[in-house]
Amino acid sequence: MKKIQRLEMVDISKSFHGIPANKNINLHVESGEVLGLLGENGAGKTTLMNILYGLYQPDSGDIRINGKNIRIHNPLESISHGIGMVHQHFMLVQNHSVIENIALGYKDTPFFFPKVSIRKKVEAFSKEFNFSIDFEKKIWQLSAGEQQRVEIIKALLNGADVLILDEPTSVLTPQEIAELFSILEAMKKNGHMIIFISHKLDEITQICDRVTVLKKGEIVGHADTSDTDKKALARMMVGRDVIFNINKEKIERGKKVLTVDRVNILGDKGNMAVKDISFSLYRNEIFGIAGVAGNGQRELAETITGIREAESGEILISDKDITNKSPRHIYDEGVSHVPEERIRFGIAPGLHLYDNAILKQHHLDKFSKRMFIRYPRVKDHAKALVKDFKVAAHTINTEIKNLSGGNIQKLILGRETSDQPALLVASHPTYGLDVGATEYLRKQLLDLRRQGSAILLFSEDLEEIFELCDRVAVIFDGEFTGILDADDPRLCDIGMLMAGTKRIDIQDTP
Amino acid sequence: MKIRITDRDHITGLRSLAANIMSLAAGLLAISLIFLLNKVNPIFAISEIFSGSFGSMYGFKETITKAIPLILIGSGLTLAFRAKFWNIGAEGQLLMGAVFSSWIGLNIGPHLPSYLIVPLMFLAGFIGGALWGIIPAILKIRYSINEVICTLMLNYICAEFLTMLIVGPWKGKTRFGFPGTDNLPESAILGLIPGSRIHYATLILALVSAVILTILIYKTRFGYEARVVGENPDAGKYAGIDFLKTSMILMAISGGLAGFAGVGEMAGIHKYLGYPASLSSGYGFTAIIVAWLAKLNPLYAIFSGIFFAGILVGGDAIQISLGLPAATVEIVNGTLLVFLIMGDYFLKHKVTIQFSKQTQGAS
Ligand SMILES: Nc1ncnc2c1ncn2[C@@H]1O[C@H](COP(=O)(O)OP(=O)(O)OP(=O)(O)O)[C@@H](O)[C@H]1O
Ligand SMILES: [Mg+2]
Repeated sequence: MKKIQRLEMVDISKSFHGIPANKNINLHVESGEVLGLLGENGAGKTTLMNILYGLYQPDSGDIRINGKNIRIHNPLESISHGIGMVHQHFMLVQNHSVIENIALGYKDTPFFFPKVSIRKKVEAFSKEFNFSIDFEKKIWQLSAGEQQRVEIIKALLNGADVLILDEPTSVLTPQEIAELFSILEAMKKNGHMIIFISHKLDEITQICDRVTVLKKGEIVGHADTSDTDKKALARMMVGRDVIFNINKEKIERGKKVLTVDRVNILGDKGNMAVKDISFSLYRNEIFGIAGVAGNGQRELAETITGIREAESGEILISDKDITNKSPRHIYDEGVSHVPEERIRFGIAPGLHLYDNAILKQHHLDKFSKRMFIRYPRVKDHAKALVKDFKVAAHTINTEIKNLSGGNIQKLILGRETSDQPALLVASHPTYGLDVGATEYLRKQLLDLRRQGSAILLFSEDLEEIFELCDRVAVIFDGEFTGILDADDPRLCDIGMLMAGTKRIDIQDTP
Repeated sequence: MKIRITDRDHITGLRSLAANIMSLAAGLLAISLIFLLNKVNPIFAISEIFSGSFGSMYGFKETITKAIPLILIGSGLTLAFRAKFWNIGAEGQLLMGAVFSSWIGLNIGPHLPSYLIVPLMFLAGFIGGALWGIIPAILKIRYSINEVICTLMLNYICAEFLTMLIVGPWKGKTRFGFPGTDNLPESAILGLIPGSRIHYATLILALVSAVILTILIYKTRFGYEARVVGENPDAGKYAGIDFLKTSMILMAISGGLAGFAGVGEMAGIHKYLGYPASLSSGYGFTAIIVAWLAKLNPLYAIFSGIFFAGILVGGDAIQISLGLPAATVEIVNGTLLVFLIMGDYFLKHKVTIQFSKQTQGAS
């Protein structure tokens, strides 16, 4: 029997600086239920959940547990009421072990020997929900999926009956998503209630019982997932039909742009993360690198763009050696970069939106003259980006950290694609984007391809890979297990290639 | 009773100003308590402080005199702190400026007219302070040595180095065996506003620096890079910003401005190179508070510099008139800093105390 049988949010409104983010929202969840929250980027999903978790105070409206009004002033209070939240960006201490992190967040941790007393509880929990995790490992040694499980254990151990998951799957591999879902199913049986935010409609229809759709801060619809489908949800959300499959035209590839020749790269843990990889990439071509996260993709992208050094090997852009050159030098050769960890690398959170619109481009003549930044131009540029990419921001003067996750991503994408780069290195470009923005971005990438850019696309989303790419390489443990044309029939074994259980001899036609 | 902490999500400029004023007021209240414990009437003491510094022409002139180094160093620190480079070494950078400029003044001064030697001394002072600032910048970026510890320690090294000079090789013949160099030649001594100790060349330099720094931070490429690095070093790396170059430049500026302050104190007030403690009464540290109160905006540092100079002067005044110990000024300053930082916390968080029992208990 759970403490919370029914949770309601009644008439919740919240605005920031006079701009409403949530308007008269009503929703409820019951024990044993998974509620999906759906909505375009900036619709107000995270804000609403932050209110429930006590991070923001609503301007008006009530939160009710089992019919009784409560007020939640801060996360500590919401935890004590039985509400837990896993944010998209995890909040764990990297140099501490799993068990230490759990003890740190546990409300009844004793002062002495905290680990000993907690260990038993944690072990019982992991059995119940089938968590598999080594409690002595340090956080930095864990994959994103494992870190998320630690966050979930933390919430459950604190007695969370309601678990809020804000875009939990965008950092997970398909395997990890399946594991997460089985944990959620177990929790459901147990009487927990879950609020699940995602942009992936397949996931919503798979795991949720009901779904509520937000648009511009208002509820525009509810549905039972049993009697709706992906298309209808998308229409409810965007207000028009969304094309899920785009057809790319055949284009002859042009001159060679990027040559990667027998490159070896060290990872953060001192292991060889990329081993002897070679490939080339041409104008008018999208080259996909598929693989389970953590198999060397990040290191490879960082080395090509100059953030990380290669141990050996050579990287050329149109026959110019750029190996281990500075990020600015490489940018000036025409390489732009959508980083995997967008919050960590892609923005300076406290600066204005327009400042962030020229990150890495501020030294170009068009944005600075002698020592001065040409702010009028910068602002015009920022306005254009906001308009083209439909970034939901009230003004370009706002601090970029006030934007919703997806809108930050849109700004970065706009910034990196606006200059017709010779080579675009894009890691998971559609992470966190809503269906409309995803559609727009994919078209944008195909446009770039038509106009002569070469695109190196890292993605775990196989659908995306097949839809966009001309050629696909599969990476496993720092090595390519195959490079194939996207229409090669042998790609039906891509699962085995990604798992490293199969290899196709590589013949990269130079 | 229950204490409750909630984040605030609307912070306006007005609120932030109100928070500053209220924390200063609360700080003065706390200081009153200290005065009371020392059996001094706090209202009298505090009004003495402000009438001593702003209430009379003499006091006000003294206040401006002391504001000069505070504005120079404080505005330089706003730049360093924006890039999250915690320069605690302005004291040493000031002294280095004094050392460099006194060498020029003593050795070249006798042969040159004032309008040549004074600019030369300021140049030397800037270079001295800048060099002393660049050392921790290189150590931090190249060898990951913590800049707080490094800049702090360099203060002591510089003070000892200066002392070594004035008791050893640079000891003046006219000092009758006491430590200190000879007096500067007439041409190397900074002109004063008549009837005061305000060395106007440095004052103008301080005001101009604050304005130029404001432009530098908000309008230039370098300022942009410094702000990006301060906001998020990883983004700085991604954006191709050269950390070594950026840190060296900003510490050269921050240190150089402290060096200017050193020139002003040495050639405007003392007229020779004496003991470190007499050259600077902790301006390098007080300026940290000045930069903080200015919300890291160099233009505001002009006002916060004058404010804290007033406290220094007023503190000296009550020390004499009320017979309080010499540490009084430091206590006043320290207390105000603590309250300003607390004020910042209350600006960002809302704290409510609830006395009645909660209706819905958390079980
Ligand atoms: N602290 C804040 N200050 C000002 N505006 C904010 C703040 N937090 C959110 N907003 C604004 O409120 C709106 C809703 O943001 P929210 O993060 O809830 O969107 P979301 O639905 O989670 O979007 P996404 O799918 O992109 O994550 C956005 O327009 C955002 O700019
Ligand atoms: Mg969100």
